[in-house]
Amino acid sequence: MNDRGKIIAGLIIFFAVFTFPFWYNHGAASSVPEPKLTDKAKAAKTCVADTQFMRTEHMKLLDAWRDTVVREGGRVYTNENGKEFMASLSNTCMDCHSNKTEFCDRCHNYVSSDPYCWDCHTYPKEEK
Amino acid sequence: MNVGYLYSLLAVIVLGLIAYAGVEAAGLQWLFGILIPYLGLTIFIAGFVYRVMDWAKSAVPFRIPTTCGQQKSLPWFTPNRIDNPATTLGVIVRMFFEILLFRSLFRNTRVEIRGERLSYKWVIWLWLFALMFHYSFLIVVIRHLRFFLEPVPWVITLLEKADGVLQVGLPILYISGVTLLLGATLLLLRRVLIPRINYISLAADYFPLLLIIGIAITGIMMRYFTKVDVLKVKELTMGLATFHPAIPEGGISGLFYVHLFFVSILLAYIPFSKLMHMGGVFLSPTRNLANNNRRIRHINPWNHPVKVHTYEEYEDEFREKMIEAGLPVEKE
Ligand code: HEC
Ligand code: HEC
Ligand code: HEC
Ligand code: HEM
Repeated sequence: MNDRGKIIAGLIIFFAVFTFPFWYNHGAASSVPEPKLTDKAKAAKTCVADTQFMRTEHMKLLDAWRDTVVREGGRVYTNENGKEFMASLSNTCMDCHSNKTEFCDRCHNYVSSDPYCWDCHTYPKEEK
Repeated sequence: MNVGYLYSLLAVIVLGLIAYAGVEAAGLQWLFGILIPYLGLTIFIAGFVYRVMDWAKSAVPFRIPTTCGQQKSLPWFTPNRIDNPATTLGVIVRMFFEILLFRSLFRNTRVEIRGERLSYKWVIWLWLFALMFHYSFLIVVIRHLRFFLEPVPWVITLLEKADGVLQVGLPILYISGVTLLLGATLLLLRRVLIPRINYISLAADYFPLLLIIGIAITGIMMRYFTKVDVLKVKELTMGLATFHPAIPEGGISGLFYVHLFFVSILLAYIPFSKLMHMGGVFLSPTRNLANNNRRIRHINPWNHPVKVHTYEEYEDEFREKMIEAGLPVEKE
C-alpha cells in the first residue's frame, strides 16, 4: 500500500500556491503609476526637499514634522536651501498636492499603503 | 568547540557581499534581479517535487504512529482519539494540531540529574520561539504578496492594517517583522548558548537561521532606515511575476539585491536541507497514520508471492503415510 494519489494531490496544491502570483496577474504587464502634479506644484518647481528624498522618505519627514510640532511646538521647517515652510500636513503638503487621489493615492494604491492620517487630518475636496 | 556557526556566519556574510558588490560595483542587476530569482524559484519547486515524489515511492506496509495515549480497545477503556487516533478524522485533528500548533514541540521536556534523582521538566521555550518564528515568517511572506499582485487583494491590505495596529512611527512598524527577527535570533541563541544543543548542532543547523536573520535584517534596514524606492521594487517584482522581467531605470539600492539574493538562496536551499520539513511534516508516518494495525490487515506491498504449502495440502499429500505411522490426522 502507498499513498501516492494523496501525495500528488498535495503537490498540486503546493504548486498552485507557490506560483499563485503568476496565475493571478495573467502575465499582463502592469504600468507603474505616475503621480500627477497640480498647476500650483508645477509652478513651485520643487518640493519641500530633494525629489528623490521625498520619493522614498516623505513619511519620515512627516513623522519628524509631527514630532516637532506636537512635542516641541516648532511649526517652521527650513529645508536645505534655507527655504521655510510651515510644518503641516494639511496646510503645506496638501496645499501644493491638493489632488490627493491623483498624487498620494496613486502611489499608495500601487504599493498597498493606506496611511491612517486622514482619520483626523483633512485634505482638499477635489472636483471630479 | 563547535565552530559550525562561525562557518555559517561567514558564508552568509560572503553571500551578502557578493550580491552587494555584484550590483554596486559590477552592475550585474540582471543577474541578481532576474536570473538568480527565477533560478532559485525553479530549483525550489523542482527540487521540492522531486524530494516529495521520492518519499511518495516508499511503501507504507504497516502503521507506525507514535502513540501518546490509550489505544482504542475494549469498550470500557476510554480511548485517546487524538493522540492515538483510530480513525481518519482523528488523524486529521492530530495533524491539524501538529502542523498549526506544533503540538509535539509543546511536549518538550528537559532531562536533568538533580542531586541523586533524574528529573524530567516540561520546557516550553522551544515551542514558544518556534511558534513565534514560523507565524511571523508566514505573515511577512503573505504581506510581501503586495509586491507580486496587482491590484493588491483587500485581504493583504487588511493583514497590513492588523500587523500595524500599534501605529508606531512612520513607515508604520510591523509587529511581524520584529517578532520574526526576535524569534530567529532566540532560536539561534538556543543553539549557540545551550551546551548540549550546541554539541549536536551542525553548520547546516546554523546556516538557515543565519540566512533568515540576514533576510530580516536587510528587510528591516530597507523599510525603516536606509529606505528603498518601493515603486521601483514593485516594478521589478511585477516584471518577474508577469514574465516581462526588466530592471527599472534609475536603479534600486544594493541592499535590496542582497535581500533578494538571500531569498533566492533560501529558496534554492530548501529542497536540499532540513527545511524540507515544510513538506515533510505532512508526510511523517509517525503522525499521519491511524493506529489501526490490530483492526485492519496491512499487506506489505513488496512481499513476493510466496509459494505456500498449507497444512491441509500437506495432510492431503501424506495422509496415508501418516495414518500408517499412527500420527493423528484431521480428515480421515
Ligand atoms: C511648494 C509646493 C510643494 C509642497 C509644499 C510640497 N510639495 Fe511635494 N512636490 C512638489 C513638486 C513641484 C514636486 C515634483 C518635483 C520634481 O518633479 O522634481 C513634488 C514631489 C513630491 C513627491 C515625489 C513624487 C514623485 O513623482 O516622485 C512626493 C512623494 C511629495 N512631493 C510629497 C510631498 C509631501 C509629503 C509634502 C509635505 C511634507 C510635500 N510634498 C510638499 C511640490 C510641493
Ligand atoms: C487621532 C487623530 C490623528 C491622526 C490619526 C493623525 N494625526 Fe497628525 N495631528 C493630530 C493632531 C491633533 C495634531 C496637532 C494639530 C496642531 O497642533 O496643529 C496633529 C499634528 C500633525 C502634524 C503637524 C501639524 C499639522 O498641521 O499638520 C503633522 C505633520 C501630522 N500631524 C502628521 C500626521 C501624519 C503623517 C499622520 C498619519 C500617519 C497623522 N498625523 C495622523 C491628530 C492626528
Ligand atoms: C512617488 C509615490 C508616492 C507619492 C506621490 C506619495 N507617496 Fe506616500 N508612500 C509611498 C510609498 C512607496 C510609501 C511606503 C509604503 C511602504 O513601504 O509600505 C509611502 C508611505 C507613506 C506614509 C506612511 C504610511 C504607512 O502606513 O507606513 C505616509 C504617511 C505617506 N506615504 C504620506 C503621503 C502623502 C501625504 C502624500 C501626498 C502628499 C504621499 N504620501 C505621496 C509613495 C508615495
Ligand atoms: C522575492 C522575494 C522578496 C522581495 C522582492 C522582498 C522585498 C522587500 C522589500 C522591498 C522590503 C522593504 C519594504 C518597505 O520598504 O516597505 C522588504 C522588507 C522585508 N522583508 Fe522582504 N522581500 C522578499 C522576500 C522576503 C522573505 C521570504 C522574507 C522572510 C524571511 C522577507 C523578510 C522581510 C522583512 C522582515 C522585511 C522588513 C519589513 C517587514 O516586516 O515587512 N522578505 N522586503
